[in-house]
Amino acid sequence: MAKLNMVKALNLALLEEMERDPDVLVIGEDVGVDGGVFRVTEDLHRRFGGTRVIDSPLAEAAIIGCSVGMALYGLKPVCEIQFSGFAFQCFHQIENHAARYRQRSQGRFHCQMVIRMPYGGGVRALEHHSESEEQFYAHIPGLKMVIPSGPRTARALLVAAIRDPDPVVFFEHKALYHASKEEVPDESEAMPIGRAQVVREGRGLTLVAYGAMLRVALEAAETLQAEDGVAPEVIDLLTISPLDRETLTASVARTGRAVIVHEAPRSFGPGAEIAASIMEGAFLSLEAPIRRVEAYDVPFPGFAREKANVPDVARVLAAARETLAF
Amino acid sequence: MPRTQIEPQFPTERLSILDSDGKLDTKLEPKLSPDDLKRLYRAMVLGRRLDERMLKLQRQGRIGTFAPIKGQEASQMGSVFTLTPTDWMVPSFRETASMLWRGWPIEKILLLFAGRLEGSQPGPEQRDLPIAIPVATQLPHAVGIAYGIQYRGEDAVVMAYFGDGATSEGDFHEACNFAGVWHVPVVFVCQNNQWAISVPIKKQTNSRTIAQKASAYGFPGIQVDGNDVLAVYAASREAVDKARAGEGPTLIECVTYRLGVHTTADDPTKYRADEEVKAWEQKDPLTRFRAYLEKKKLLDGSVEEQVDEEIARAVERFEAMPPADPLGMFDHAYAELPPDVAAQRAELAVRLEAAADATAPAGAEPVSPPMRGQRRTSRWQN
Ligand SMILES: Cc1ncc(C[n+]2csc(CCOP(=O)(O)OP(=O)(O)O)c2C)c(N)n1
Repeated sequence: MAKLNMVKALNLALLEEMERDPDVLVIGEDVGVDGGVFRVTEDLHRRFGGTRVIDSPLAEAAIIGCSVGMALYGLKPVCEIQFSGFAFQCFHQIENHAARYRQRSQGRFHCQMVIRMPYGGGVRALEHHSESEEQFYAHIPGLKMVIPSGPRTARALLVAAIRDPDPVVFFEHKALYHASKEEVPDESEAMPIGRAQVVREGRGLTLVAYGAMLRVALEAAETLQAEDGVAPEVIDLLTISPLDRETLTASVARTGRAVIVHEAPRSFGPGAEIAASIMEGAFLSLEAPIRRVEAYDVPFPGFAREKANVPDVARVLAAARETLAF
Repeated sequence: MPRTQIEPQFPTERLSILDSDGKLDTKLEPKLSPDDLKRLYRAMVLGRRLDERMLKLQRQGRIGTFAPIKGQEASQMGSVFTLTPTDWMVPSFRETASMLWRGWPIEKILLLFAGRLEGSQPGPEQRDLPIAIPVATQLPHAVGIAYGIQYRGEDAVVMAYFGDGATSEGDFHEACNFAGVWHVPVVFVCQNNQWAISVPIKKQTNSRTIAQKASAYGFPGIQVDGNDVLAVYAASREAVDKARAGEGPTLIECVTYRLGVHTTADDPTKYRADEEVKAWEQKDPLTRFRAYLEKKKLLDGSVEEQVDEEIARAVERFEAMPPADPLGMFDHAYAELPPDVAAQRAELAVRLEAAADATAPAGAEPVSPPMRGQRRTSRWQN
């Protein structure tokens, strides 16, 4: 077992999969010699050469569009979009093509490809470098949307994403890249896509989170246990689409209350879908309205105000206490 | 320090072999066997006749909107004719003739335009992409496939089609740029049919030609008379052979004309003059090629009848197909249906069954779909 941060864990997943399968290749801006601006692809260029670790021209639509072509041909590209805020330059290739080729060709072609992108706030970044935009991808049929919460899940989910026959959008939270180290097994590990994890068992309340918000939810859970005598259950969603409705509803059926935490803006966000799903599956168990804690419905306000916009422990606590007191 | 010329001017060639007055440049005339010439002609006629038939089918509501090819048969056949079955063909939405040549059954094409995705399923060995509706977005796919060919060291080339309007889209430029940087075996075939719906080429680009745009990306571009099947063939032959030999991409601009409507939902009389259409009708690629074949005594009077017969049989097969099963929409959404989507499929199955039962003889109980987590008894009944 090695203790790795998320960057190293992702790098390990790429290395393992490239060694295992010569059809896996990496493409993006600065992913080669430079090893990616966050160093996730570090050293791969030296090991596998520029034909497999492609420093592409600066053009998101062509990075994804050409990768779609590679995937149709039978290769398995892992694309890096330098920041998720620039993925709108290639959104059409993801929605119009990557997600649809299987259906369009009635199974003759499919796009086995992964689109990695750093997302999220809390790192004092420029405009377009802090947004959470998972809701756009989660809304696209034919696509899967995955968000790990730490080194081990990042490694195991990236391996699974590369092996998944459908296209996967894979979000990596920038604030998590170096946040902590975690034991990662020496042998290759793949986690199932589409399954949430109960990371803290509990009673009286379910906190649902993913990505960097998992830490916030866990911290809030600790406080609630210490100060309020409630030990909430905490769910790490890991896959946003397809959503693991079973785990969500089973948990709330036991606890009776739910608070959902995410960094995407509230309206039409994942929280709405999660809440609706819990309502459908566990309505009669609910003791209180489901609460959501998310970013506000404003364009990301710049880093001087990001602390107020991105959910923090205090906001989660407030929502949880209102729910408990209902 | 003076201003100096750092690059030579990029010359752009134009190729024409057989003009609309029947003049032939025998030095440039490609060496095509009589058999090849006959096959080319037959394929062009098939494209034209199917187009006319489809227009009628559309007007009768038997298929939906489609983009006719009338006038562009030479551009399509002259280029696609140079491919082998192991090469790849990447169409836009206006390549019916190229698709027929590549082995797409007529009834499949009809099925697609009748709103069924079964019609865009290439055969198991067929190396063609389904048609792409968003303009220019298929071009990066072609470059990605060409990258794959180069990566595996395979002997194949990719031919990608698009219109003049497509050259304004970022995807066109990004695809050309990547193709140039990667030096991959791709041939870009632009059918400059003068109009992108209602926007004429003059308002589309300030470039003198589309062919010259290739220069900016570091590979050759050539303009050809797109209504001259011999010229399109010669330019394509050269480009495909070069790509196969590892000499990188080429952009071919076929100067042609869309004689009919943009799509069956379009009325071109609103934006273009009859005189313009009439002038281009004089340059009809079929008339010109027919005259050439006549001189060579290669015309077989029965081509038109044979082709019509082939189309009629395909239309019969198309019309005899059972209606679309609504549940088919779930078949290829994912490799494996996620549980919640599988539940949606089951929900639709129940609804369909209920609807079928409702039209069944009296006495049959309609089934209503159960709501997830439905309570057995209402609270107020307790
Ligand atoms: C990205 C995109 N924008 C707009 C459209 C609507 N549209 C369909 S065809 C067309 C014009 C295309 O012109 P051109 O590329 O010259 O091809 P042509 O239709 O003449 O063959 C437009 C605007 C589309 N299909 N895709």
